[in-house]
Amino acid sequence: MATLILFAPLIGALICGFGWRIIGEAAAQWTATGLLFLSAFLSWIVFLTHDGVTHQIEILRFIESGALATEWAIRLDRLTAIMMVVITTVSALVHLYSFGYMAHDDNFREGESYRPRFFAYLSFFTFAMLALVTADNLVQMFFGWEGVGVASYLLIGFYYRKPSANAAAIKAFVVNRVGDFGFALGIMAIFFLTDSIRFDDVFAAAPALAETQLSFLWGEWNAAELIAVLLFIGAMGKSAQLFLHTWLPDAMEGPTPVSALIHAATMVTAGVFLVCRMSPLIEFAPMAKMFIVFLGASTAFFAATVGLVQNDIKRVIAYSTCSQLGYMFVAAGSGVYSVAMFHLFTHAFFKAMLFLGAGSVIHAMHHEQDMRNYGGLRHKIPLTFYAMLIGTLAITGVGIPLTHIGFAGFLSKDAVIESAWAGGGAYAFWLLVIAAAMTSFYSWRLMFMTFWGKPRGDHHAHEHAHESPLTMLVPLGALSLGAVFAGMIWYNDFFGDHHRVETWFGIASAEAHATEGAAAEGDTAEAHADAAEALAPEAVATEAAAPLPGQGAIYMAPDNTVLDDAHHAPTWVKVAPFVAMVAGFALSWLFYIARTDLPGRLAANQRPLYLFLLNKWYFDEIYSFLFVRPALGLGRLLWKRGDGTVIDGGLNGVALGIVPFLTRIAGRAQSGYVFHYVFAMVLGVAVLLTWVTLMGGAE
Amino acid sequence: MMSADIQTLLPELMLALYAIAALMAGAFMGKDRYAPLLVWVTGGVLVLMAVWVGSGTGAHSAFSGSFVDDRFARFAKVMILVSAAAVLVMSQDYMARRGILRFEYPVLIALASVGMMVMVSAGDLMVLYMGLELQSLALYVVAALRRDSVKSTEAGLKYFVLGALSSGLLLYGASLTYGFAGTTLFSGIIAAAEGGVSLGLLFGLVFLIAGFAFKVSAAPFHMWTPDVYEGSPTPVTAFFATAPKIAGMALFARVVHDAFGGVVSDWQQIVAFLSVISMFLGAIAAIGQTNIKRLMAYSSIAHMGFAMMGLAAGTAFGVQAMLIYLAIYVTMNVGSFAFIMAMERDGRPVVEIDALRLYARREPLRALALLVLMFSLAGVPPLLGFFGKFYVLRAAYDAGLGWLAFAGVIASVIGAFYYLRVVYLMYFGNEPDDREALDGAMSPVLWGMLMVSALAMVIGVVNLFGIEPLAAAAAATLVN
Repeated sequence: MATLILFAPLIGALICGFGWRIIGEAAAQWTATGLLFLSAFLSWIVFLTHDGVTHQIEILRFIESGALATEWAIRLDRLTAIMMVVITTVSALVHLYSFGYMAHDDNFREGESYRPRFFAYLSFFTFAMLALVTADNLVQMFFGWEGVGVASYLLIGFYYRKPSANAAAIKAFVVNRVGDFGFALGIMAIFFLTDSIRFDDVFAAAPALAETQLSFLWGEWNAAELIAVLLFIGAMGKSAQLFLHTWLPDAMEGPTPVSALIHAATMVTAGVFLVCRMSPLIEFAPMAKMFIVFLGASTAFFAATVGLVQNDIKRVIAYSTCSQLGYMFVAAGSGVYSVAMFHLFTHAFFKAMLFLGAGSVIHAMHHEQDMRNYGGLRHKIPLTFYAMLIGTLAITGVGIPLTHIGFAGFLSKDAVIESAWAGGGAYAFWLLVIAAAMTSFYSWRLMFMTFWGKPRGDHHAHEHAHESPLTMLVPLGALSLGAVFAGMIWYNDFFGDHHRVETWFGIASAEAHATEGAAAEGDTAEAHADAAEALAPEAVATEAAAPLPGQGAIYMAPDNTVLDDAHHAPTWVKVAPFVAMVAGFALSWLFYIARTDLPGRLAANQRPLYLFLLNKWYFDEIYSFLFVRPALGLGRLLWKRGDGTVIDGGLNGVALGIVPFLTRIAGRAQSGYVFHYVFAMVLGVAVLLTWVTLMGGAE
Repeated sequence: MMSADIQTLLPELMLALYAIAALMAGAFMGKDRYAPLLVWVTGGVLVLMAVWVGSGTGAHSAFSGSFVDDRFARFAKVMILVSAAAVLVMSQDYMARRGILRFEYPVLIALASVGMMVMVSAGDLMVLYMGLELQSLALYVVAALRRDSVKSTEAGLKYFVLGALSSGLLLYGASLTYGFAGTTLFSGIIAAAEGGVSLGLLFGLVFLIAGFAFKVSAAPFHMWTPDVYEGSPTPVTAFFATAPKIAGMALFARVVHDAFGGVVSDWQQIVAFLSVISMFLGAIAAIGQTNIKRLMAYSSIAHMGFAMMGLAAGTAFGVQAMLIYLAIYVTMNVGSFAFIMAMERDGRPVVEIDALRLYARREPLRALALLVLMFSLAGVPPLLGFFGKFYVLRAAYDAGLGWLAFAGVIASVIGAFYYLRVVYLMYFGNEPDDREALDGAMSPVLWGMLMVSALAMVIGVVNLFGIEPLAAAAAATLVN
């Protein structure tokens, strides 16, 4: 079944991409979409029936080269099952949505066939992403990793007549290369140290890696720390974390369904998945975990601040994605991988829905993306409005505090923030709470600017605003189910109940009871911290019974009690995100409904700060100055001077000047007169004799 | 004792007797009427000789060491005989149609082959000279075979005059060597040169080398080559470009290793020098040529430069590389000349390169075969010609002559230009006038030779047809 899930999208991509001339455009699109729905259906069966035990399904021998030997296999465990559901569901809905969204496009000429190509790319992306998450070894994963990179490149640059889309595609590719370089180095380091790239072998070797030192660049490093950081650099690139985030907002140049599928729900979460997948290794790298938390929290904060002032509807959601990915990394870095996956899971639904809703708005407004030209749309496109409302309620985290009832984002985000409090330190906790307030602010700002107020901008567009076709509304409806209920249904499996988390992820729970017992002793965090310390020798004693790295989908070291600490977080911690959300909402209401003149005055008042945020902290400008322009300059120097002048000039000089000159001389020497020939021979003998005389004399 | 000597010499004797018998038969029975038959019979005899020689084993020497029959000699002889036979049967049709197929032609080729066989088996300066002159005299005559053509007679005369000069140089070198070594036997010379060589002996060596360089047309003793190649009938040119080159190089290798093997460093520099200027001159001067026969002349000069690079290494591997290089070179040239012989318009031979413009449109298969051969001559991987160059470059590099290998690479890049220009004209050239275009079918023999040769360039990369170990064994008997 997993094999079918994996290959159905590939078959769809091949049929749709290469066969549409034969079977026709519509048939090709329906083939790809149908296969995707099949894949999604099977994924749900796998997800719901999975018992948490890791299965390996070998498909073929993959690499046999010396010590590097591995097979192409599907690693089916809880992580894979979650990712498969997310990927195939969102992808299938996006396929369906694209029927409506891509029906007419001004970027292509009349009669040009672009739709089958689009669907083929989407299906190919889905295959690559599934290959990534089902990988049983690092190289297979890298294959999927690069495959999604290629698909992302193709889809961002899908409007290839737009220079900005091409530039964005190249930017995404190049920035991802930086991260991939780190990932590749990590894989090489792992192979260098463990002689294997199979996950089983690598996980088994993880405790040994923590004891190993490795020379890299200028110093000696702890092998586990180094590898974890290198892998995380790969994750940073793919998941658009701070310093490598610059490509994500620009990637919005792609068609909106692409943004929903690739740049919100699936591909960008590959980094989070990587960290969770490698949890048995990350657990042995405390410094790297701190680094992950630090960077994740910083990204969440940074992206939220930038999102406050953006005017392009898709960019607001893009920065929101960036910010939410930061949340996931904080959870993963804190050691609560299940919570990272929880937020990934819920986020996929509501963020895909927000993007598709934004796409619906854009579709209605004739490809206008600037929110300043929207306004009052809730009556024109009511269904889209309700979908967006649900998405906004989900992302801002609306729910009833101190209960487990609320929208998906309420449960998962609160879980992240509680984990951050328990395991990530004050820095991460406070940044995330502030980011939650800002998330609420910019999400409601988006809603208010789009759906409330008076129509602004081109009144012609407003008059013709129309509700989207059914193919676009059905996916919105389906996703809204996930956005509302996904959190409540699986809360206990991902976070709420330690025991259920362990069975859910298939972790042998021999040691779990010991920790729980200890956790039960203390009610307050302080008391618990003491208890954990007191427990330390006991934990060592029970280590023999503790699960080994690699058993189960994720691994939490025996001394990793963050999950339980988070459960016992004080009430003010649990309420904090809700308060932040309300504050953000109130401020947003004040700014964009009650006193609409305030934002302009504030921006004028705090102009440097406003510009700083509007220009995204000047990251693009700094990179342009530090990397892009020197690289271009160097390239131009090598091209003009090195290649043009030295190599071309040299070759041309030799080929067009010196050699023909010598040819002429040789031609003239070949005069046809015998005495000239004899002269040459005698001269030759004379030279040779002189030479040997001199050489012989030297002896 | 005498009978054992005769036994060693038997192939050469038999071939010489055959040549004399054929001459008699031709002279007394119908003159040129049986010439086509005689060509085929001679070709057959040469192939039989190759099989006979090739099946020999061991190392024998006759007449107190002045005639040597070892693996090296046999390897060279088989190459000489097979290529001579190939060129001979290829020329039959061409010469018959132009009325220059005299019965003397196959006889002279047979006699030249005898001379060449003696050359590669020489163990004594006098035997060497006898073989060399027998070959040269026969070649002087065939160069001027087309008696009523000014160009052909000029070619023969030039070749003769310059050949006489080179014989003089060679003889002078032989006398100097005899004067300083006290013997003409190679085994004696190597003993005399033990532990250092006197300046007189060195002078003798230089003059000898000058003579050999002339025979293999190495710069700066190459000046006769383009004129003679151009003037001679094309089949004769083909012959010049193949068997005598092998014989010359084999003789060269035999003398420097058998007679002067103890003083490698003394001649290494000379050979390397000749090699470099041959490669560069062949590559550079060929660029200006519009006549394909002159082009092939410069091509052979460049190729001899590469073969000498193997020799310059002064090692057994170098000799092996040289032998492999020669075998590949001969195969390529047989195919190329098969094509050139078929270049004609209205029954008249054409030698202008421009006539090949867009030849690929009319004769795609033949053009493809020539393309393969030209790429191979230029040394483009993965064709066989590349491996020939690769062996000699490696030999030179291993022997510490890195600069020579480097120069060889540069020269082969320059040389690639004119080979590729032929291909360019065939595939991308301008539309030729009707007056210029080639026409005419190819005789089956020529067609077969062309295709076999081109195919060999492709298939041979698998294992070089197994000549590698044979060449290694041959080289091992020469260098020890």
